[in-house]
Amino acid sequence: MTSATLVTDRPALKRRAAQDGRRLLTRVSGLGLGVAMLWFSLLVLIPLTAVVVTASTGGWSQFWQAITNEQTIAAIRLTVGTALLVTIVNVVMGTLIAWVLVRDRFFGKRALEVLIDLPFALPTIVAGLVLLSLYGHNSPLGVDIANTRAAVFLAFLFVTLPFVVRTVQPVLAELDKEVEEAAMSLGASRFTVFRRIILPALTPAIAAGAALSFARGVSEYGSLVLLSGNLPMRTEVTSVRILSSIENDNLDSAAAVATILLAISFAVIVILDVIQRRVVRRG
Amino acid sequence: MSIEIANVTKRFGGFVALDDVSVSIPSGQLTALLGPSGGGKSTLLRIIAGLEQADSGRVTIEGLDATNLPPQKRNVGFVFQHYAAFKHLSVRRNVAFGLEIRKRPKDEVRARVDELLALVHLRQFADRLPSQLSGGQRQRMALARALAVEPTVLLLDEPFGALDAKVRKELRDWLRRLHDEVNVTTVFVTHDQEEALEVADEIVVINEGRVEQIGSPDELYDQPANDFVMRFLGPVTQLGQQLVRPHDLQIHTGTADPAAVTGRITRVTRIGFEIRVEVTTADQIVTVTLTRNEFLSLGVQTGDTVQVQVAEQVHIGAAYPQTLGAA
Repeated sequence: MTSATLVTDRPALKRRAAQDGRRLLTRVSGLGLGVAMLWFSLLVLIPLTAVVVTASTGGWSQFWQAITNEQTIAAIRLTVGTALLVTIVNVVMGTLIAWVLVRDRFFGKRALEVLIDLPFALPTIVAGLVLLSLYGHNSPLGVDIANTRAAVFLAFLFVTLPFVVRTVQPVLAELDKEVEEAAMSLGASRFTVFRRIILPALTPAIAAGAALSFARGVSEYGSLVLLSGNLPMRTEVTSVRILSSIENDNLDSAAAVATILLAISFAVIVILDVIQRRVVRRG
Repeated sequence: MSIEIANVTKRFGGFVALDDVSVSIPSGQLTALLGPSGGGKSTLLRIIAGLEQADSGRVTIEGLDATNLPPQKRNVGFVFQHYAAFKHLSVRRNVAFGLEIRKRPKDEVRARVDELLALVHLRQFADRLPSQLSGGQRQRMALARALAVEPTVLLLDEPFGALDAKVRKELRDWLRRLHDEVNVTTVFVTHDQEEALEVADEIVVINEGRVEQIGSPDELYDQPANDFVMRFLGPVTQLGQQLVRPHDLQIHTGTADPAAVTGRITRVTRIGFEIRVEVTTADQIVTVTLTRNEFLSLGVQTGDTVQVQVAEQVHIGAAYPQTLGAA
C-alpha cells in the first residue's frame, strides 16, 4: 500500500523536490536524509553490489558460462515466464476483487477482506504444505499437479494474490463518484467511463501491485518447493537453482544467476512504469 | 416550457427528499432552485440530469419524456460543486471529452474547444492539468466541458459553493453575462438568496421537499407567498403583529401617531453604508435599517425615544395580514 501512494504521488513529490532544490537542507532534514541513505545503503545497495561483485570475480567467461548453462536457462525461463503470467492474471483478478470489495455490498464482505491478506500472513512453507496436501498425489479433490509446471503457477498465484488487491483498493475507494457522473452526463457509456476515467486513475496502483506481484513471484521458494518436485529442466525455479549451486559450493554461479534475476526484475519495474505513464497520459 | 417536472417524489430510506413536486422551467432562461440545505433542490437537479431516479412522477425535457432515459441520453450539461475535473487530463482534453467520445473529427473538436476556452477565458491554460488551476478556473473549465456537447439544458449544482466570497461574486456576474451570450436554458441550485436574486430570471423556492413559491426575483421579494419565503429571501423583523423587512421601516421623532409604535433606541450598528438601529418597544425589539444619510438627518442616538412605522409606499403589511399572525 505504501508503494501505491508512492507511485501516485510521484508528480507531487517531483514538484516539491524541485522547489526544495533551490534551498539548502535544514539540519533536521539533512539528518533525515543521511539516516535514510545509510539505511538504504546497508540494506539494499551494499548487498546488491556484493552480489554483482561476487558474480564478476570469476571473470566474464565464467559468468557467461554460469548463465548459459542449459539447466539455469530453463530455470530462469520458467520462473520469469510464470511470474509474468501470474502478474497478468493478478492485474485482472486483483482489480476485479478490489472493485467488488469497494463498490459492492454483500454478505461476508468483511470476512473476505480479512481472508485476502491470508497469503501475506501465512508462512510460505505452510502454504506449500497446504498446496501439497490439496493438489499432491493424494489429493482429496482428485487434482494431482505435483511435479508439474502448473504447481509452480498455482503457488505463485497463491502468494501474490493480495498485492494488486491491496494497492488498488484504497485508490478505488478514494475515487470521486461525481467525476464518473460528469463523464456519464457528457455521454460516456459505463465501459467508456471505466476505460477513460477510472482505469487511468487506477493504473499507478495497478502497476505498483503488479511490480510487487512479479518480484514476489520471481523470489518465491517456500510455497512451491514441496509441490513442484524441483525437477531440473522441468519444474526447477531459480531460487531452487541458486540454492543448489550454493550447496555444491559454486557461489559464483549462484551470484551470476542472482545478478540476471536482478537485471530482469529491474527491467520489468521500469517497463511497468513506462506503461503506467502511457496509460495515464492517454486517458 | 423547456423542462416539465410533474408530481415527482423521491425518498432516501425513510427520508422524503421530494414530495410530489411539479415545476415548469421556461426555455432560454436562467432559473434558480433556491432553498435551505437538505431541502431537496439538489435531488431535483440530479433527477433532471438522470443521475438520480425519481420514485414516481415524470420529467420532460424539451417535449421529450426523459423519465426513464439514462444520463447519457438526456443531452444535459451538468456542473458539480466540487468541479469533478478529470484530473489526469489537461484542460483542453477535459473540455474535449464529450466531443471525443462522440468521435467528432479532430479539426472540429479542436476548433470548438478553442472557441469554448476563449469563452471561459482559459485559453492560456489549455495545456495545464486541473490541479494547476485555481478553484474559479476549474469551475470555468467544468462549465466549458458541459457546454462543449451543446446541451439542451445546463444544470449547475451549487456551482460557486466551494469558492471564496470574492471569486463567487465575480463568477456570478460572469455566469449571467455568459448566459446572455450562450442562451442555453440554465438551472442552478443555490442556498444563497443573494446569488439567486442577483443572477436568476426566475426563482423556484424549495423547502422540505416541496415547492414554496415560483416567480421572478421581484415577485418573490415583494410578494412572498408565505413567511418562509419572506424570511428566506431577505432580512425580516417584527413590528407588532406584522412581519416586515427592516429597510421598509421608518423612524421619526415627531408626535406619536396611531400607525406608529413608540420605542427607545437601544443599539446602533454601522455596517458600511448601512446603519442598523434596534428599537425596543413595549413588548419587542424591532430592527430598522437606514442609509447613513437618513440616519444622520434624523439626528438621533442611543437612548432616544422614537416612533417606528412601515414606510408609506410599502404595501406589504396590507397584502399579508393573514399570514403574519403566525410569525
